[in-house]
Amino acid sequence: MGKPKLKELNIRREWCKGCGICVSFCPTKVLELDEKDKALAARPEDCTCCLLCEMRCPDLAIEVILENE
Amino acid sequence: MAVRDYLRERFFPHMWCPGCGHGTVLNNLLRAIENLKIEKNDIVMVSGIGCSARISGYVDFHTLHTIHGRALAFATGVKMSRPDLNLIVPMGDGDALAIGGNHFIHAARRNIDITAIIMNNRIYGMTGGQFSPLTGYGKLATTAPYSNIDHDFDAVSLATAAGASFVARTTTYHVKQMADIFQKAILHKGFSVVEVLTQCPTYFGRKNRAGSAAEMVENYKKSTTPIGSKASQENSDLIERGIFIEKDLPEYCGEYDKIIQKAMKGK
Repeated sequence: MGKPKLKELNIRREWCKGCGICVSFCPTKVLELDEKDKALAARPEDCTCCLLCEMRCPDLAIEVILENE
Repeated sequence: MAVRDYLRERFFPHMWCPGCGHGTVLNNLLRAIENLKIEKNDIVMVSGIGCSARISGYVDFHTLHTIHGRALAFATGVKMSRPDLNLIVPMGDGDALAIGGNHFIHAARRNIDITAIIMNNRIYGMTGGQFSPLTGYGKLATTAPYSNIDHDFDAVSLATAAGASFVARTTTYHVKQMADIFQKAILHKGFSVVEVLTQCPTYFGRKNRAGSAAEMVENYKKSTTPIGSKASQENSDLIERGIFIEKDLPEYCGEYDKIIQKAMKGK
């Protein structure tokens, strides 16, 4: 069991309502809102896989997919 | 099974406003159920009326969307006829404590094995932002434009006084704690009450200039503290969160079974 490694931040754009909660609380500022106010993984390389965005998302639009999952 | 496997995805995106905390409650309730590995068919979710009550439409369990304030009465009926099922009853603060106030205290007094979740957004959101039993003194609402003069309940004290055998409080900021408390509440044999402070940016937030959804969530971090913390002793304005009551008491369905056995003696 090493450090969890990010495979993909799967964001369902059609479910996202652009509230910005994920953007505000990401500890490493991975997420941004795009020009249509939908969450976007702008810096996935900085993701620590803490899962807080996935757990706080009120729209259930974010899924953090880890390697070997 | 992933959280999304418990959803009725055909109804998404859901109807809650952008930034509404109710989605976060749904999110972490499903996480708790996923961790407990409970079969979908062993769960019955019963809800009343309001923004909060719409939660039952989104989950792929047995669900009953019932009448305002009476979700606990319907849930009691289901539990009495099928005590083997897990009953989860999410309610808004008005649904649980105003319209359904009597059902709430008596379900607690009986200690029937139901998990009651009070999604406390301090407002009647669906009908346009009227003040609710948890709005609080001095706050603004559509029906209190010069500020509310009603004092609020302390939902935790109320549930405790009414006899609930599990009582907890958490917020939409403290998501790990929320999922953990939901798990314990579901496993608890008896009436469990979980109050979740959840933001309504559209009505409560806008009327009371509480800022964006993210700012309201951030405020839960600042305005709450773990039960009995040093900060809580120094500042009585902080709202305590955590598990207040967790005790073993005779559960209602079990007690009822004993009555049946007594009555059937010699037959």
